[in-house]
Amino acid sequence: MRRNIIFELKSPYRDTMRITSFEFGSCDEADCENSVAILGSTRGNEFQQLYSTSRIVEQLRILESQGRIEKSKKIVVIPTANNYSFNLHKRFWSLDNTDINRMFPGYDLGETTQRIAYGVFEYVKGYKFGIQLTSFYQNASFLPHVRIMHTGYENPEAAEGFGLPYVYIRNSRPYDTTTLNYNWQIWETTAFSLYIGETEKVSEKSGDIAVEAVVNFLKANGICKGEINGGKKTELLKSSDLAKIKIQSAGFIKKLNKPGDRVRKGQIMGYVYDPYDHSTLETIISPVDGTVFYSIADDMTYQKAIVYRIIKEI
Amino acid sequence: MIKKTEVISSYKLPVDETLEIKRCRYMPENLTGLDIRRLPRISIVTGIHGDELEGQYMCYEVGRRISESPESLKGIVDIYPAVNPLGIDSVTRGIPNFDLDMNRTFPGTGHNTMVEYVASDVMNSLDGSDLVIDCHASNIYLTELPQARVPVDYGEKLIPLALSLNLDFIWVHQASTVLESTLCHSLNEIGTPCVVVELGVGMRITKEYGEQLADGVFNAMERLKIWEGEVFKGARHTATVSTDGYVSFLNANASGIFVPSARHSDYVKEGDEVGRIIEPLTGEIKEIVKSPVDGLVFTLRDYPVCLSGSLLGRILGGIDLCEET
Repeated sequence: MRRNIIFELKSPYRDTMRITSFEFGSCDEADCENSVAILGSTRGNEFQQLYSTSRIVEQLRILESQGRIEKSKKIVVIPTANNYSFNLHKRFWSLDNTDINRMFPGYDLGETTQRIAYGVFEYVKGYKFGIQLTSFYQNASFLPHVRIMHTGYENPEAAEGFGLPYVYIRNSRPYDTTTLNYNWQIWETTAFSLYIGETEKVSEKSGDIAVEAVVNFLKANGICKGEINGGKKTELLKSSDLAKIKIQSAGFIKKLNKPGDRVRKGQIMGYVYDPYDHSTLETIISPVDGTVFYSIADDMTYQKAIVYRIIKEI
Repeated sequence: MIKKTEVISSYKLPVDETLEIKRCRYMPENLTGLDIRRLPRISIVTGIHGDELEGQYMCYEVGRRISESPESLKGIVDIYPAVNPLGIDSVTRGIPNFDLDMNRTFPGTGHNTMVEYVASDVMNSLDGSDLVIDCHASNIYLTELPQARVPVDYGEKLIPLALSLNLDFIWVHQASTVLESTLCHSLNEIGTPCVVVELGVGMRITKEYGEQLADGVFNAMERLKIWEGEVFKGARHTATVSTDGYVSFLNANASGIFVPSARHSDYVKEGDEVGRIIEPLTGEIKEIVKSPVDGLVFTLRDYPVCLSGSLLGRILGGIDLCEET
C-alpha cells in the first residue's frame, strides 16, 4: 500500500487541504492495468461513505499483505475529496456551498471546487472500473444497491459482480452531466455508484456490506484472488419497476415498514398525523405487492413527498 | 386597470403553513377572456435563488410606476417576486431541506417531489408570455454590471429583446447541457422567450441598478405594445453585445485576502493591476492580479476571502476604449 497526496489547496487560516489516495497492487509501469478507482465521500456529511471507504482500505491492505491482489492490477482508493467540509460538519464546500460532485470533470484554471474536481478526476480517469460511494439528496433509507446512470455507455452486467441483490439503472438528467459517475462513463470507465443505506449515521453492518460488495467485485473481475462470498442473484431495476407512494398531506409520519420488508397491495404502511392535535390526516397504503426499496427517513414531511418506493412483484 | 394578486402554486408544509408562490397581475379593465388571451404579456420573475435580492426593488418599482400611470397599460404585466420563498426567508440560495438549486429543477414534473411540482406550476404559469425576464443578482461574492445572459442557440430571437432592457452588456454564451434544467432554457425550449438578467451582488439591493432595469422593463413593454407611457426615468444605457471569446476570467492562483485595486465598471489596460491577494498574518503579497486584456471590469469580487480558484473578476475585451470618457 502506498499513501499519496494527490491534491493540495492552501487556505489563509486553515491547515492545507489535502486529498489522500491509497494505491494497492504491485505494478511495473510497462505492464500495469489501471483496474479500479474507488472514491468515498465528496460531501462533508457522508460519514457512512467515508467510514465504509476506510474499511475498504483496511481490507485491501490485508488482501495485499496476503498476496491476493493479482499481479499488474492497480487499485486506487480516495477516502474523501472534501475533508474540509467534514471538519465543519457541512455537506457542501465550506466557502461557497458548491457541490464537488456537480463539478466534474473539473477545470484546472476554474473555480476552487472545479480545481478540486479536476485534481480528483485527473487521478481516477482512465481506470477500467470506477466505484463511488455516494448519498441521496434527501434523507432516506435504501436497500443496498448499485446505481448506474443510463448514458449509453453503461455496463449493467458488470454490476452483478458486486453480488448485491439490486442494480438500479436510472436515466440521466441534464444536471447529472457534471457528476463523477457520468464523466467516468464518458471517459470510458465503467462506473458504478454504491448506495449502502445511511449517510450521516455510521452503521458497521452497512460498512460490512460495502466491503463485501467491493471485494466480490474485485474477485468477479479477476483483480483479486478468492471465492466470492455471500453473492446473491442480482436483479436489474428500472424506474418503471418501482411503485412510488406519495403523500397528499403534510405533518408527522409514522412508518410501519422499512427497506427489505415484503408488503401486500392494500396493506397499511403508515400514517400522517396532524402536528398539533395528532388527528390522522392520511393512511399510507401499498398500491402493489412487493418489497420496500426506499423509505423516507424524516419523521416530518412535506405534501407530495415520496415516502416509499416499492419493487413491484411480477 | 385591474391589479390582482394570485397564488399560482400552493403546497402544504408540515407545521401549519402553506407554501405559496404568488404573482401580481396588472391589466387593463373591461376585458373578456378572449381579449385577455390576445393581449401581449410580459412576466418578471425573480428570487429563484433565495439569496439574490436585486430583483426585489425592480419588481416594486415596475409595480409602482404602473400604478402611477394605469391608463398607459395596454397589455398584461405579471410580477413573480419570489418563486423560492423559503429560500428568501432563510437567506438560502437553494431550496431549504432539499439540497437542490431550484434553477436545476425545470421544467419540473407532476409526479415527483414538491419541488418539481412547484417548478412545473411556475412553468405552466409563465408559458405563453411574450417575454419572461428571469432576474438574478450575482452571488454574495461578486458584483455584476447589469447584463443579460443569452444562450447562443436563441440569440437571434432574444438579443433584440435583451437590447431593449437598458443593460450594459449582453453576454451571448455557449449552451451547456447542465443548463438545460434552468427556467430560462426550459421556457425557450417551449417557445416562450426568456432572458436572464444578472445585476449587482447577492443579499443586497443596488437601487440605481433596480431603477436602470425598471427603465429597461418599460422599454421592453413599449416594444411589445404593453405600455404607452413614460419609459425612461434615468439615463439610457447602450449594451455591448459579446460572446464567450471576449470574456476573460480572473481566478485566484493563491489563497488569501483579495483587495481590489480596480473599481467595478472600470476600463483597464492589459497588464493593469486589478487587485492583490494579501496575507495579513505575515504582511506579504501572495499574488498581484493583472488584467490579461484591455477591457471592461464587469464582474469584481466583493467578498475578500479567497482560495486558489476563487473567481476575482471578469473582463470584457474587444470593445472600443474610446468609451472611457
